[in-house]
Amino acid sequence: MIQVRNLKKTFGPKVAVNGVSFTVEKGEVLGFLGPNGAGKSTTMRMITGFIPPTEGEVKIGGHSIVDQPIEAKRLIGYLPENAPSYADMTVLGFLTFTAELRGLSGAGQKKAVERVVEMCFLENVLHQSVETLSKGYRHRTCFAQSIIHDPEVLILDEPTDGLDPNQKHEVRTLIRRMGEKKAIIFSTHILEEVEAVCSRAIIIDRGTIVANGTPSELKQRSAHAGAVTVRIGEGSAAAVKGKLDGLNLVERAVVIGESPATVRAFPRKQVGSEDLARAISDVALKERWSLLELHTEEGRLDEVFRSITLPDTKASKEEAK
Amino acid sequence: MKPIITIAKRELSGYFASPVAFVFIVIFLLLSGFFTFMVAGFFERGQASLEAFFAWHPWLYLFLVPAVGMRMWSEERRLGTIELLLTMPVTPWQAIVGKFIAAWAVVGLALALTFPVWITVNYLGNPDNGVIFAGYLGSFLMGGAYLAITAMTSAMTRNQVVAFIVSVVLSLFLILAGYPPVTDLLVQWAKPWLVDGIAAFSVMSHFESIQKGVLDSRDLLYFLSVIGFSLFTTGVIVRAHRAG
Repeated sequence: MIQVRNLKKTFGPKVAVNGVSFTVEKGEVLGFLGPNGAGKSTTMRMITGFIPPTEGEVKIGGHSIVDQPIEAKRLIGYLPENAPSYADMTVLGFLTFTAELRGLSGAGQKKAVERVVEMCFLENVLHQSVETLSKGYRHRTCFAQSIIHDPEVLILDEPTDGLDPNQKHEVRTLIRRMGEKKAIIFSTHILEEVEAVCSRAIIIDRGTIVANGTPSELKQRSAHAGAVTVRIGEGSAAAVKGKLDGLNLVERAVVIGESPATVRAFPRKQVGSEDLARAISDVALKERWSLLELHTEEGRLDEVFRSITLPDTKASKEEAK
Repeated sequence: MKPIITIAKRELSGYFASPVAFVFIVIFLLLSGFFTFMVAGFFERGQASLEAFFAWHPWLYLFLVPAVGMRMWSEERRLGTIELLLTMPVTPWQAIVGKFIAAWAVVGLALALTFPVWITVNYLGNPDNGVIFAGYLGSFLMGGAYLAITAMTSAMTRNQVVAFIVSVVLSLFLILAGYPPVTDLLVQWAKPWLVDGIAAFSVMSHFESIQKGVLDSRDLLYFLSVIGFSLFTTGVIVRAHRAG
């Protein structure tokens, strides 16, 4: 549905986006990650046709956003950053206006407005003007606008920004449910959101894509991924470390904490984490450790994110711990 | 066509949801009444015409029309709703024309509400209503020209005050270029053809001839081309801003 090819945008001498390419099909939810100023919003603005790309092309359902903007824009629902809306309108007035601009009229329009009001929990504020609303309601009003015509493509720039935890959960559930039938791109700073919602994630840094994969694929790139952590009720951490270091599957073991003694063992190359866990549990049985915890690290997205987007060695040093 | 109407409707409701339209209409009516009856001496003239009424319009519009139009695009940019509007399936043209029509309708409404002065002059004497109609048409077109200029300056900035001041200055130029005291001054050192050429850009000369009841196609064309040119430039500016 969404094809982005070699997208580039320069503002004067500054290159904001440099050669970004990806595709999103129906049924996919693509998470867009990156530090502030990485070019996420600029990319989304080019995809939605708000700003023209300096180079490259964007196709929405086969229509080029530059050459056939109206056809392409019909397919898109867009929630811009900071969720702007006309302050002097009521929620109902605003939603009716956007429905009308989307070409909905009569009974279809009324139905569409009712549907999004219910989906975004706006019943209570329907006749209130937008400027009197709290940030959460304002955000949901703009979100409602983006799905009013049940678009095939949904572009959401930080859809959960400024919402409380319950609302965040609602919006995530909504995105995941809609993602079954639509092609969705959304940007976020919250990494757990990516794991909860996305079928694929892209990390963008200084205008280029630095990682692209499913959340679990990305997590594997973490230095922790595959390591096994044990926590033991009695005994010193140093003794446990000594025993684990003795295993030939283990490359090195690191003490994480004392009382209770916590040690993390990193596997040698080509050693499966299951084999490692089994070997460690054998040791635990033999040594009669009172095992409080034994688990395999999946790796963490925030570490991957930091190691990819922080260029200096600080991040990699921290990670090696 | 449909999106133009949708946008114009929204804009119009925006004008009336905020005090902008009411303030404009009330102040316009008060000031035009004041100038017509107190300053220009409508009754003392003893003439059955609205010349005293229309003569002040170029000056009234100078400040009031930019006040109506200054929010047209700058507000949109300040709130960020321009991003919403231009990613809808509408062309920038439809948005520009829709917004312009709505603001022009507010000016038209204010002008229409001066009808008591027309009733008065018909009650007191026997004026040439054709001339009065021409005067209203000319005034409406002149308001449109100022408004289109305001649309253009409003697209340039997110600051309404800047938009207002620049529009007033540009409109003032359009008045002064053909204002007799200024042209008389120019004649002393510039060639007559140059003075005439500059004066041709002025709303004054065109408005005056329409107001006298002479519906010359050149005058109509003048106002329409000021509107057309300014809205075209608005489109260029809106596009350029998107390009960053």
